[in-house]
Amino acid sequence: MYFDLALDLFPLLAAALAAVCCGLLGNFLLLRKQSMMGDAISHSVLPGLVIAFLIASTRSPLVMLVGATIAGVVTVVLVEFVKRFGKVEPGAAMGVVFSILFALGVLLIEKAAVRHVDLDAECVLHGQLETLVWYSAPATISGLWSVETLDAIPRQIITLTIILILAIGFVSLLFKELRLASFDPALATTLGFNSTLLHYLLMIFVAAATVASFEAVGSILVIAMLICPGATARLLTDRLRTQIVLSVLIALFTAVGGYFSATIIPGWFGRDTVNAAGSITVFSGLVLSLTIIISPSHGILSRMIRRIRLSSRVALDDLLATMYRAQEQAQAEMSASDISDAILRSKPQPLLNRAVKRALIQRHRGMYSLTEKGQCAARSIVRRHRLWEHYLVDQAGLAPDHVHETAERLEHLPPVPPAGPQTDPQGKVIPDDPQVP
Amino acid sequence: MPLRIPILFHANMQHSIQEVTDEWPRMSEIIETVTFRAGYNTGMVIGGTALLGLAAGIIGVFALLRKRSLMTDALSHATLPGITLAFLFAGTFGLESKSLPVLLVGASVTGVLGVICVQLILHHTRLREDAAIGIVLSVFFGAGIVGLSYIQANAPGDSGGLNHFIYGQAATMRVGDVVLMGSIALVAIMATLLFMKEFAIVCFNDAFARVDGWPVGLVDLFMMALVVLVTVAGLQAVGLILVVSMLIIPPVAARFWTDRLSVLVLISGIIGATSGYLGATVSALFPRKPAGAVIVLTAGCIFVLSMFLAPKRGVFAHAIRRVSVRVKVAGDHLLEHVYESRQSTLTSDDFANFARMQGWSPLFQLLIRFALRRENMLGSKTRREIRVTEAGLERGARVSRNHALWEQYLVSHADIAPSHVDWSVDMVEHVLSDELIHELETALRNQGVDFPPSLEGVG
Repeated sequence: MYFDLALDLFPLLAAALAAVCCGLLGNFLLLRKQSMMGDAISHSVLPGLVIAFLIASTRSPLVMLVGATIAGVVTVVLVEFVKRFGKVEPGAAMGVVFSILFALGVLLIEKAAVRHVDLDAECVLHGQLETLVWYSAPATISGLWSVETLDAIPRQIITLTIILILAIGFVSLLFKELRLASFDPALATTLGFNSTLLHYLLMIFVAAATVASFEAVGSILVIAMLICPGATARLLTDRLRTQIVLSVLIALFTAVGGYFSATIIPGWFGRDTVNAAGSITVFSGLVLSLTIIISPSHGILSRMIRRIRLSSRVALDDLLATMYRAQEQAQAEMSASDISDAILRSKPQPLLNRAVKRALIQRHRGMYSLTEKGQCAARSIVRRHRLWEHYLVDQAGLAPDHVHETAERLEHLPPVPPAGPQTDPQGKVIPDDPQVP
Repeated sequence: MPLRIPILFHANMQHSIQEVTDEWPRMSEIIETVTFRAGYNTGMVIGGTALLGLAAGIIGVFALLRKRSLMTDALSHATLPGITLAFLFAGTFGLESKSLPVLLVGASVTGVLGVICVQLILHHTRLREDAAIGIVLSVFFGAGIVGLSYIQANAPGDSGGLNHFIYGQAATMRVGDVVLMGSIALVAIMATLLFMKEFAIVCFNDAFARVDGWPVGLVDLFMMALVVLVTVAGLQAVGLILVVSMLIIPPVAARFWTDRLSVLVLISGIIGATSGYLGATVSALFPRKPAGAVIVLTAGCIFVLSMFLAPKRGVFAHAIRRVSVRVKVAGDHLLEHVYESRQSTLTSDDFANFARMQGWSPLFQLLIRFALRRENMLGSKTRREIRVTEAGLERGARVSRNHALWEQYLVSHADIAPSHVDWSVDMVEHVLSDELIHELETALRNQGVDFPPSLEGVG
């Protein structure tokens, strides 16, 4: 039995809600290069929580929420202040502000602990997912449909749900403005949207989400969820809408996946469960690493494949063009070593084999020559090369002895050079377009 | 099927049971602790922490100049999984699993790994530095927390103590640990002072350093290694969340006081050492004051004071400079107005009118009058009028002439339409130097352009 209603339902729900909430808001932090602001806020809400507690002497969620939100906004303002008036580098300014505030929080928490309170610096970091146990859970899933279920829902989950709904409302209502302000704050301001105000609104939401998630999942998961899902989605798409939807799905996936890795995997080795918040964080890191490697558009692997493909195409082009030029010098056949010298490759054999396999060149008694198909392809490449040379001299005003290198690059690219005369600047014949006989 | 009981984190349980009060220690206790006489152990801890603060302050300067402040944050968070792994696997290599050197080696390994991951993410993806740092920080720390919870639930033997690496616990350090921390700090200090020239050149102009044949990559690596050393040394005393602020805050605070690197290193080191010393002292005197937090708050206070009070770069100094420039410009305008209206006094009505036109607040008017009086430009004030002194009139004439000169220059040399020159002239007429005025006169004379006669005529 991997899923136990009593043990797993509420923690899983809390983790998923927190992850989705932070993942959603994190997108905009990422775009504004403010990801570390999430980190700063989640450190500095600590004094906010404690001060709110010391003043109001209660741990009611509303008081905590207000205290933490104020602390979050104060952090943003202070960072801005230190950056602007102290002329401190942004990263350092953030580091100074949040570490001072966090230290203040740590000291105050000791003070609060004196008053017999279970405010605890440790659970601020790890969260208390595992304490959301539902002792009187029904035995089966169908037993959930009753009034008792509603009563049993822990308040952390209720707070999280409210914040999530508000955050979704905020993002969907102000999507256009947020998008504009994220990509071009100056333009947004000139168009009449106060991008600073919007920024602060976003920060308020981040602070609220942080503190709502906090009690359930701990600050480390909050930081991870503010950054990782958005970053992962950013590597998969170039469209903001898609990125947001993807990031929410990824956040949900990592929450569920990470939670079950924490409860199930240790069991395989006969061990007790590990901390779920930490495990979700690690899981989101794994998902991100995997995406970095295999993302179809921006992954390391796909970029590598694209690069290899391109360089092999260029090599083939160069081979054909070289043989064509040799042919012009009345050398219809070339040996492998001739080719190796001409195209500056010490080991031309794999390239030659590939060309033979594609029926672009043929081999006869150790000598290579262009086939009919190879002739066509080579003519097309040389034609482009010489047309580009002509264009560069004629239109771009370059000296004739300087255009070869540029044309050597341009000939491999898709754009077709404009038609020109019969000969190139060096007086060589520009071959006819093989496609138009 | 193993047991699946929820793990509860209640490190504070013992606090709730016993009543703890914040009692002030006796005066003699305080003096003993401050002067290193409160027992061998306490003295060692205080001295070691001060040394650590010195090292962090010194090497932190280079991290700041290299814009790596937040990178050190990722580094320090990334040490946690290393500590737990070292704890778990030390036994398999036949080592004492709770021995500090073993744990610190583990910490350095994952710390460095974290920094490498940040670089890899930056190099291979389009994510920015802030995101890369945040990712590494949270994921590595999350892994550390998984490790901690695994150890608490599964590892045999006592695993307390490991938690101390998060928030630090200077007071309970053993002498051996302090000696280790102190010697690491000492090594870092010596190395930094020895390689200061190399660090400086790489920090200020790495492109030049590379062209000049310095091994920039190597120097950078060495700098990072020193940061790792200091971070790891500080883990036990200060805790991994706050050790990074010992590297960030002192140099940022010191930066307000000086523009010279050697002085910066000195001041930053002093700030670091002071906060280390005070932090350890306070936490030795009060049972419930964690050293890390006190150290950071001490450094934080010095930072706030520096930021506001520093003579040249401080916020106040800056504000005063700005206001005084505005007052000077406004005073010049006033004198120019008096000169151009060809009077030697300024009636109160006239002054009020002019002030309204310029939009000066009453306070600002007072400031202007005060400044001009102090410079002997304005004389005594009666109910009706303000007397303008000889010097004041001369100043007004000079400003007026500068105005005209610059206006001519813009029209004849900078191709600006006559109707557009006045605004920029208003800004610049106050800052023309004598050499520039002389040059302008020559240029305009050569051009055959008319300009107001020299001041000798105005007298």
